[in-house]
Amino acid sequence: MSLAHEVPIPVRPAAGAQRPARTWPEINNPAAWIVAAVLLIMPLIANGFFLIEIFATTLILGIMALSLMFLAGYGGMVSLMQLTIAGFSAYMVAVFGVSGNANISLGWPWWLAVPMALALATAFGTLGGALAVRTEGIYTIMITLAIGAAFYYFTNQNWAIFNGHTGINTVATPHFWGVNWRADIPFYYVVLAVAALCYVAVEYLSRAPFGLALQGVRDNPRRMAALGFNVNAHRVAAYAFASFVAALAGVLQVWNYRQISPGSVSVSACIDVLIIAVVGGITRPIGPFIGALIFVLLRTFALDFLVRIGLDGNRFRLLIGLGFLAIVFWSSDGVVGLWQRWRQHQRREAERSGGGRRRG
Amino acid sequence: MSRFVERHPAWALIAIIAIAVVLWLIFAVWPPGLEEAIGRKRVFLNAVFNGITLGGLYFLVASGFTLIFGLMRNVNLAHGSLYLFGGYVGYAISTATGSWLLSFIVAFILTALVGVLLQVIVFRRMEGQDLRQTMVTIGLSIVFADLMLWACGGDFYQIQTPSWLIGPVDLPLITAVKSSGEPVYLRYPMVRLVIFAASVVIGVAMWLALNRTRIGMIIRAGVDDRDILAATGVRIQLVFVLVFAFGAGLAGIAGVVGGTFQSLSPGEDIRFLLASLVVVIVGGMGSIPGAALGALIIGLAEQLGSVYIPTYAIVVTFLIMVLVLTIRPQGLLARR
Repeated sequence: MSLAHEVPIPVRPAAGAQRPARTWPEINNPAAWIVAAVLLIMPLIANGFFLIEIFATTLILGIMALSLMFLAGYGGMVSLMQLTIAGFSAYMVAVFGVSGNANISLGWPWWLAVPMALALATAFGTLGGALAVRTEGIYTIMITLAIGAAFYYFTNQNWAIFNGHTGINTVATPHFWGVNWRADIPFYYVVLAVAALCYVAVEYLSRAPFGLALQGVRDNPRRMAALGFNVNAHRVAAYAFASFVAALAGVLQVWNYRQISPGSVSVSACIDVLIIAVVGGITRPIGPFIGALIFVLLRTFALDFLVRIGLDGNRFRLLIGLGFLAIVFWSSDGVVGLWQRWRQHQRREAERSGGGRRRG
Repeated sequence: MSRFVERHPAWALIAIIAIAVVLWLIFAVWPPGLEEAIGRKRVFLNAVFNGITLGGLYFLVASGFTLIFGLMRNVNLAHGSLYLFGGYVGYAISTATGSWLLSFIVAFILTALVGVLLQVIVFRRMEGQDLRQTMVTIGLSIVFADLMLWACGGDFYQIQTPSWLIGPVDLPLITAVKSSGEPVYLRYPMVRLVIFAASVVIGVAMWLALNRTRIGMIIRAGVDDRDILAATGVRIQLVFVLVFAFGAGLAGIAGVVGGTFQSLSPGEDIRFLLASLVVVIVGGMGSIPGAALGALIIGLAEQLGSVYIPTYAIVVTFLIMVLVLTIRPQGLLARR
């Protein structure tokens, strides 16, 4: 393990090829500062609908997809159960906390229920991960999909804890220091803070010895094993971290909708998280958030758009599916990859024309 | 078999005792104490028969899935969509012509054609990129699901069972003895038995075709090493297309069967995709006997579970998968 401290390993071959490894590339990037500033003053620009339905929802979905991006991008493990972990955590908040279903909820205050939910969901995800790392590649997809589907059917059948297909409604949200934290503006800032925290944590981990070892495991598990790294332990630890991130998103989600039902953990919702991550791009942590924004915008406005161009408004999933197919066909690293390629192309064009002028 | 007994005498003994207990449960007349403890024998026998026949249906779906995976390393997550498509086609044909057998043939041909199109247009372009192929199948399953919802709506459809298969038959299995000493025999729907027999015939035919014919030899060689097979002059792309068409066609047939057994509606595609995933994970990816064993185990577990522990039936299925993954990650009957 300690070897990784001394050995300089190039960070992320894709990005490292064009840019020397720096600790925080965002600090020198003006675009990142502009985005951060816009996100901070968003409540001044957007009204309640946009603030919660678009931006907060985007950030929550983005956090879920971020946990998948961490596993898939740095660990090479495509896990379809990230939404299931988030849903489990959301259910646990509803079960331990206060909700309209008094016969199920234990009525704990939120500061007890949330850590409990996070701990249980992380344990759940880690166990699932420990199961999934016994296999590799496409098998991981199948096993995590089976876990997600089994959880969905279980919540549908179980009435004692999960209240069957009606789910748990009117989940209480935190009130303290005289602030209703589910009011639009405070809730937006809570979501933004958690999203920023998760983003920074993933960025940091990708450069920390653990993240570098994980990327080594992704690229060549046998060589890493020969170097003395415990390959499976790294993978399970990655699942544990990703589960915690997904669990955070689950807590925010149940506060956002104030209810949780099996529909929120269905198989198609699990696949939506994969779509978000892949469309955004699973090579960089910003990808999932971009993917989530595209997804939420499409989901919200596709109906109006489709009706306007004369199609049936209910064909939203068709649009999503075709878009996903197009991305998988033409750009394996999503919208972020398209953007990077376009930038490189531009730079090359600029260099060529600039060089031409100097020569001439 | 004898090697297994030599190497694990204790396990062999446990297996023999378990088989003997199951046989006794099926054939003997239950003593009153047992009936009080776990319920009537008729319920148990019905659950066992439902489980076995459901296993037959799962086998039809999963064998195509496992065949495609074994040869092309392509996890076809659109397999459930092919199942549902076959079911809808079968429903349309059987209501239009009234012929149940014709609906099988048409469903097989049409889903096989979809399979050919998928292989030629989509998967041939990204050979060897497992993950990308899988992602594409996910995208395709979303698109197919929405197209079918568009075309068929969200209603439940059930394919009409032909008149010569309607009605129960008496099986020579005693469920109880009346107070007059007259034995009561198990009555079971004819159509389920016929379908189960048909899936056994298909399974045996597939096994024979794989192990006794030339094309089967080519497919088995392709499973082991497709590059060398291509180098020996076999037109491997043609083999791929044929296998994909056959696997897809099996899913279509299974759709008709499922539409007769149960019903067709949006969401069934995912249910059967999950079932075939679990079946092949338990049985071993790419192995036809594995798919048969896995389908039997999962079908029985689901039906017995839903009778005796209704809330946790799905968990039993899942626990079996976990158990297999911890003991034999490659599946029960996989070679590697």
